[in-house]
Amino acid sequence: MKTSPNNERTGEKPVLRVRDLRTHFFTGQGVVKAVDGVDLEIHQGETLGIVGESGSGKSVTALSVMRLIASPPGQIVSGSIELGGEDLLILDAAAMRHIRGRRISMIFQDPLASLNPVLRIGFQVGEIFRHHLGFDRGRAASEAVRMLKAMDIPSPEMRARAYPHQLSGGMRQRAMIAMALSCKPELLIADEPTTALDVTVQVQVLNLMKQACREQGTAMLLITHDMGVVAHMCDRVAVMYAGRIVEYTDVTTLFEQPAHPYTAGLLQSLPRLGGNARRLTPIEGQPPLLTRLPPGCAYAPRCPRATELCRTVSPEPTPLRADHQVRCHFPLVATSKAA
Amino acid sequence: MQSSVGANGASSVAGASEALGSESLSPLQLAWRSFRRRKLGLFGAGIVILLFVVAVGGANVTPYDPNEMAGDRSLAPPSLAHPMGTDRFGRDQLSRLMVGTQISMIVSFSAVLLSLAIGLPLGLLAGYYGGWIDSVLMRIEDVVFAFPTLLLALMMVATLGASLFNLVIAIAIIFQASAARIVRASVMSVKEKEFVEAARASGARDVTIITRFILPNVMSPLIVWATFHLSLAIFIEAGLSFIGMGTQPPTPSWGLMLNESRTFMEFAPWLTIFPGLTIVVAVLGFNLIGDALRDALDPRLSER
Repeated sequence: MKTSPNNERTGEKPVLRVRDLRTHFFTGQGVVKAVDGVDLEIHQGETLGIVGESGSGKSVTALSVMRLIASPPGQIVSGSIELGGEDLLILDAAAMRHIRGRRISMIFQDPLASLNPVLRIGFQVGEIFRHHLGFDRGRAASEAVRMLKAMDIPSPEMRARAYPHQLSGGMRQRAMIAMALSCKPELLIADEPTTALDVTVQVQVLNLMKQACREQGTAMLLITHDMGVVAHMCDRVAVMYAGRIVEYTDVTTLFEQPAHPYTAGLLQSLPRLGGNARRLTPIEGQPPLLTRLPPGCAYAPRCPRATELCRTVSPEPTPLRADHQVRCHFPLVATSKAA
Repeated sequence: MQSSVGANGASSVAGASEALGSESLSPLQLAWRSFRRRKLGLFGAGIVILLFVVAVGGANVTPYDPNEMAGDRSLAPPSLAHPMGTDRFGRDQLSRLMVGTQISMIVSFSAVLLSLAIGLPLGLLAGYYGGWIDSVLMRIEDVVFAFPTLLLALMMVATLGASLFNLVIAIAIIFQASAARIVRASVMSVKEKEFVEAARASGARDVTIITRFILPNVMSPLIVWATFHLSLAIFIEAGLSFIGMGTQPPTPSWGLMLNESRTFMEFAPWLTIFPGLTIVVAVLGFNLIGDALRDALDPRLSER
């Protein structure tokens, strides 16, 4: 690692810097602007959460960073993605393969579906060592067992000989994490890593990821729609809506002083333990079709505060303060102060 | 290989201990356990093993020289000396059927293997890369599919010249089309699976993805396909030999023997019955295996 772990965020080079990323899909129904102008920065050891509904562009953002967008129909039409200062978008396919799994790795939602059903777990984990670090079979196998053990998998020697369907969901996801972290990557992208798991196992797996990333100094990009996971894991959060980041701030501010009406709506639609018993307030309406985005703010049709301005002019990202950006003409924080 | 593990699993009887015993069984071992419980499949396997034994060793232990003629015992009915009788030249029919087994097995296995050697890579390419590669390859295969199998084989052998070698080539060319198609279809479904995406996300090359991730997951339908096409190849070989476009006399072949028997069918029916029966049994054997394998290799059924 280039930087020491205790560095202040300011002035330090981010692990990942995404600038004005636009990933569009060219379909028969028109151009789907799945990601349309996303800016992100993740620093070493930091966890950035991306939250949003299905189809808000979270996963496409992650796949764009990995350069795994199927083309056709998808294409990264503009922007830059820098890993440690190196632009990934200009790399050729071979160079990109050396980055995937080694410097950036990814964990998917369903661990059973992400493991090869016909190969033993140990072999699959060891394959990463063989592929990226050039270990021989024997050494890769013992490293695989060591990784499984590090992921708190009981009797790792036996599990290494098992096939994916013979493990529990939690153990499978631990094996996936073992694979993802085996090369000590700079960045780990986790796309809804616990959605497919039992609630009781979710926390264990999340804690494991958090701890392992902290030990290795790995930065994490965590994609989720679960606000509880965000609160548990993230340092900073980007809220996505219709392919854009509508609010970008640290996790405390997000929960205590959400500035975008959409973020506030998300938080109000969550049940709370221990709080006052109240009815949940759902967000009315549906997310817009990405092929037919309204001319103004994409959230305007559902926003209770929308005005004529919102419906005609798309708001630009505006800093409310140092570490809080919001894409809204009438952010909530400003008005609450005025009231 | 992992026979000790397999034996372990086999010894467990109760459902609970079975689950523990299956802890590290490979998919192949699981399939075998499932196959073993299918009686018809085992029966088919028995037939095929018998055919194999006869094909490999039978030619050396035939009771008589299959081509030795003896006018004094021509058209003899089945007896202790000649269990399946003799043909019009006095040749022992059992000996000829045994040697014919060898011919049938050689033709069917080499034709199927050759068709796999062509069809498997084509199917992998077409299914994995899609696009124009897929379109071009599949339009070519469509030409093969446009003709009835037996007729196309006949056409090709007639053009190339009637010989055993050309027969194998003809069958292989026809079969590779359906092999390619079945591989392509499986590849197209497997490559959309998340573990292929995950492999790509861990930096695997196309070659690695195809050989480690796609190929093993395509094997099940392909094994079943191969089994059924072995029997189809036997059938085609017999059919073409029957009309004189396959194996040439005096080489004994089931189809050829059937053809030669036509003239004497009324007063020497054993000459028709035994070759016909052999063909039926051989085809049945492979088909029974194919049926059982299809069930055993289907992950949704193998638990039962």
